[in-house]
Amino acid sequence: MARTVWDSSVGKKTVMAVSGLIMLSYLVVHMLGNLKIFFGSDEFNGYAHWLRTIGEPFMHYEWTLWLVRIVLVVAVIAHGVSAYQLSRRDIKARPSKYVHKKPRASYATRTMRWGGIILALFIVWHILDLTTGTVHSGGFQEGRPYQNVVDTFSTWYGNTIYIVAVLAVGMHIRHGFWSAAQTLGAGSRARDRALKAVANVLALVLTCGFLAVPVGVMTGVVS
Amino acid sequence: MKLTLRVWRQKNADAEGAMSTYEVDNISSDMSFLEMLDTLNEELILRGEDPVAFDHDCREGICGACSLVINGDAHGPERTTTCQLHMRSFKDGDTIDIEPWRAAAFPVIKDLVVDRSAFDRIIQAGGYITAPTGSAPEAHATPVPKPDADLAFEHAECIGCGACVAACPNGAAMLFTSAKVNHLNVLPQGAPERETRVLDMVAQMDEEGFGGCTLTGECATACPKGIPLVSITGMNKEWLRATRKVKR
Amino acid sequence: MTYTDYLTGDPVVDTKAPKGPINERWDKRRFEAKLVNPANRRKHTVIVVGTGLAGGSAGATLAEQGYHVVQFCYQDSPRRAHSIAAQGGINAAKNYRNDGDSVHRLFYDTVKGGDFRARESNVHRLAQISVEIIDQCVAQGVPFAREYGGLLDTRSFGGVQVSRTFYARGQTGQQLLLGAYQALSRQIAAGNVEMHPRTEMLDLIVIDGRARGIVARDLITGKVDTYFADAVVLASGGYGNVFYLSTNAMNSNATAVWRAHRRGAYFANPCFTQIHPTCIPRTGDHQSKLTLMSESLRNDGRIWVPKAKGDTRPANQIPEDERDYYLERIYPSFGNLVPRDIASRAAKNVCDEGRGVGPGGQGVYLDFADAIKRMGRKAVEAKYGNLFDMYHRITDEDPYEVPMRIYPAVHYTMGGLWVDYDLQTTVPGLFAIGEANFSDHGANRLGASALMQGLADGYFVLPATINDYLAKNPKLETVTDTHPVVKEVLSETEDRITRLLSVDGDRTPDSFHREVGELMWEFCGMARSDSGLRKALERIPQIREEFWRRIKVPGTGEEFNQSLEKANRIVDYLELAELMCLDALHRSESCGGHFREESQTPDGEAARKDDEFSYAAAWEFNGTGEAPTLHKEDLVFEYVHPTQRSYA
Repeated sequence: MARTVWDSSVGKKTVMAVSGLIMLSYLVVHMLGNLKIFFGSDEFNGYAHWLRTIGEPFMHYEWTLWLVRIVLVVAVIAHGVSAYQLSRRDIKARPSKYVHKKPRASYATRTMRWGGIILALFIVWHILDLTTGTVHSGGFQEGRPYQNVVDTFSTWYGNTIYIVAVLAVGMHIRHGFWSAAQTLGAGSRARDRALKAVANVLALVLTCGFLAVPVGVMTGVVS
Repeated sequence: MKLTLRVWRQKNADAEGAMSTYEVDNISSDMSFLEMLDTLNEELILRGEDPVAFDHDCREGICGACSLVINGDAHGPERTTTCQLHMRSFKDGDTIDIEPWRAAAFPVIKDLVVDRSAFDRIIQAGGYITAPTGSAPEAHATPVPKPDADLAFEHAECIGCGACVAACPNGAAMLFTSAKVNHLNVLPQGAPERETRVLDMVAQMDEEGFGGCTLTGECATACPKGIPLVSITGMNKEWLRATRKVKR
Repeated sequence: MTYTDYLTGDPVVDTKAPKGPINERWDKRRFEAKLVNPANRRKHTVIVVGTGLAGGSAGATLAEQGYHVVQFCYQDSPRRAHSIAAQGGINAAKNYRNDGDSVHRLFYDTVKGGDFRARESNVHRLAQISVEIIDQCVAQGVPFAREYGGLLDTRSFGGVQVSRTFYARGQTGQQLLLGAYQALSRQIAAGNVEMHPRTEMLDLIVIDGRARGIVARDLITGKVDTYFADAVVLASGGYGNVFYLSTNAMNSNATAVWRAHRRGAYFANPCFTQIHPTCIPRTGDHQSKLTLMSESLRNDGRIWVPKAKGDTRPANQIPEDERDYYLERIYPSFGNLVPRDIASRAAKNVCDEGRGVGPGGQGVYLDFADAIKRMGRKAVEAKYGNLFDMYHRITDEDPYEVPMRIYPAVHYTMGGLWVDYDLQTTVPGLFAIGEANFSDHGANRLGASALMQGLADGYFVLPATINDYLAKNPKLETVTDTHPVVKEVLSETEDRITRLLSVDGDRTPDSFHREVGELMWEFCGMARSDSGLRKALERIPQIREEFWRRIKVPGTGEEFNQSLEKANRIVDYLELAELMCLDALHRSESCGGHFREESQTPDGEAARKDDEFSYAAAWEFNGTGEAPTLHKEDLVFEYVHPTQRSYA
């Protein structure tokens, strides 16, 4: 069965849908966690510490976090590889373009491909910036995420990269969520409007939620 | 009215193609688009030029032979087949671009004529109900709820023209394939082959080199028979169900 | 000797129909027919030309039986055969309505509807099989219209008083054809059918008096090739395109049947053409084809013209008492549901009187105002929505608001290759099914009967009868390209193509097609007369001569060349048209779709002459422009006694 799924264009879309939904649920949690920054550095740093101790004493320090990270890495890779292979297939399926060009499809649809690439690059930067600290602007301090976040959003390029990426996330989710529902066979004529509404709300809430942090830093609400 | 036509000319499958420009005059708004092309071809023949090759047959919107991309739209600006498009949809002095269906799975044969045999092979892979002649039970033996019968009909209306593929930025044949899958899978008669049908048809669709679906909805917009985009969702559901049920 | 001095040969006799009670004949024939051992079937190759309802169903069924089928269609896919355009429905004597229908009534209605010019045995078999067709199609997944209880819905059609027509909205032909196409596709996938799309039959190969193969041209490469078989089945449809403007598909043609006729198959009743009453009127000289509106519209639509001549007011400004609902007036019991030939002629009569509507006065109204009032717009939409949309699109007039305009157009040809009860032509091993043969509809076909006949022939009749021929000829000699007959047929075909390309004249193929079509419509259309037919017969050889002098076919034969395809078909139309006119001339009676002005009752109805013309006219070819030989098949009516049809 796994072979059937992976070999089929419909199957690869399923992989994209499932991995996309996994990342989407992670983003919801991630966004909610981010908002704790508005309650001060103790709460935020405490939350970050708690993330590493979830499941104790059954789980060792950071085991749960690493589990989540592994699932996410697998999801990202599955999503990316499927997307790459499907895109290759799609481009090959339409080798010659129409001479008469027309503006086509909605904005969200057209941004899926390069939006995805932006997000992939962003994720790399984001991890190097705030998880490992490799490319962090100030003096990166392990275990002091509050200060690290404030540092990042105190630079113009930190804000720019982040805001562009969050907008891309919003658009990606707007088409992606609805699209995943169709791929998984959950759509129907009766449900279509509801699904589109949910996709829009999710996209909007996540965009605003994530944007709140840099805006908070820029306006001095968070410092 | 007087029109400028820019038409894709390609001598054969191996030749390079290009747009050629022609002027046509005295076009009546009551003419069908193909009758307008007939007029052009009559002139070309008398001028000793090669007339424009295009597929057409019934000219009443049901056989699915006609297949022109007009100003970038499969079947032109109206939601219908090219043969049912009338010149009243255009204005005097318009320039009209006419191109063939473009997709790797639909290679050009000549000018505006493409090879759509890939569609036949998708049907051959499973787009049927195995009911050899003579084996049928009495027609009323299995009542079919009206909503199911109507749903089957709605999908069965597909004329296999290929506009969905032509319009899709990925050259995907999902709408065509899903129309047949939904038509047959919704009926009790189609139930015994429900799983193998969708698996085999999707596999053949991939095999033919059609692209994948990114749900842009261009196919459903271009479909002259109004097969809805949700048809694809239905097929996805059938496909996932089948992968769970069938061990391969 | 001129063409009109045709010869009269021996009568032609159907030796295959068994004697005895009519309802037992088909069983008897099936029992008497020899069978081919299933293990031996794959050793037999059968060629099927055409993939419409008849050809598609025959190819699928023969392959299911184990024969090796080699099948051809000129379209790019077998799914596009013109059966797909049939709208209204398919008849079957199921009597689901409990309204008094029966096999015998369907048989009776068909013989009567055909104006007593069909063979009783064949028609009865058709009525018997009709019941099985519906079962077969439902099993294949054909989405017929259903009622809320989940059972099949039916409606009534012209010429009958029971509700026996099964339908799938206005796309019955499409759905039935897709059923046959899907069955055929299954056999193609299984390797039992070798399918050649975009390949057109150009000649028949007859060796030692038997049909052994065909010559066909690959329309993409232009390559002319030979194909051999133990039997050849022609399911290539009718020849209505002789009229240029018809409801046939643009590429429907008579080449396969005409070439078979030239090779010895008799052509029966060529003048029997059906003019369909409900087509969309033409708009101008650019018209390339006519579009039919399903006859089912006559169930609820009312046909009328203004009472006064030259009344040019818009329809909705003509008050009720100034309208003439002429069908309801002349035929009170059948009203708007009279058979097609009668409805068409009545429309022509009122237009000839100067009461026609629309451009050129060539149209009558088909009005749904009452139906919309009675059933509500929604119900009308559910029943006829797609037809209304189609009309709206073509004419730019909204039929929910203004009445439709309709005018008769050539639609179907009842004539065709003469076949016996086994559907075999006069060339052994050559079978003709569907519209390509002449057998079941006599001089007029009832609505929803073409689909029935095509599928009956293809699914049930031919697969049973072809066994007999193959069983009796188990070891025919192997034919190859080196056979002198094959070489000759092939070179004749190639020569014809070369000749067409080499004339390089100054007239296009279409211009000739249009010319002969207009001639036929005028003199061999809805009303025919001795003098008119003679005029046409004088003119046709002149057009033929001019054709070979002035035709211009661009390009070469070794490529995709649609002009060449057209020109080649016109060659055959120019011969067939002549035979149609001769047949119409010789049959100086009126019957069904054949109306001779000299033979009418005082009130203008068709007058049959049973004592002189109760036969099928089967013509033997003697050479292009040479007087053909007439062979008569006497029609014996044991069960339905000919009466003057009355629909009053």
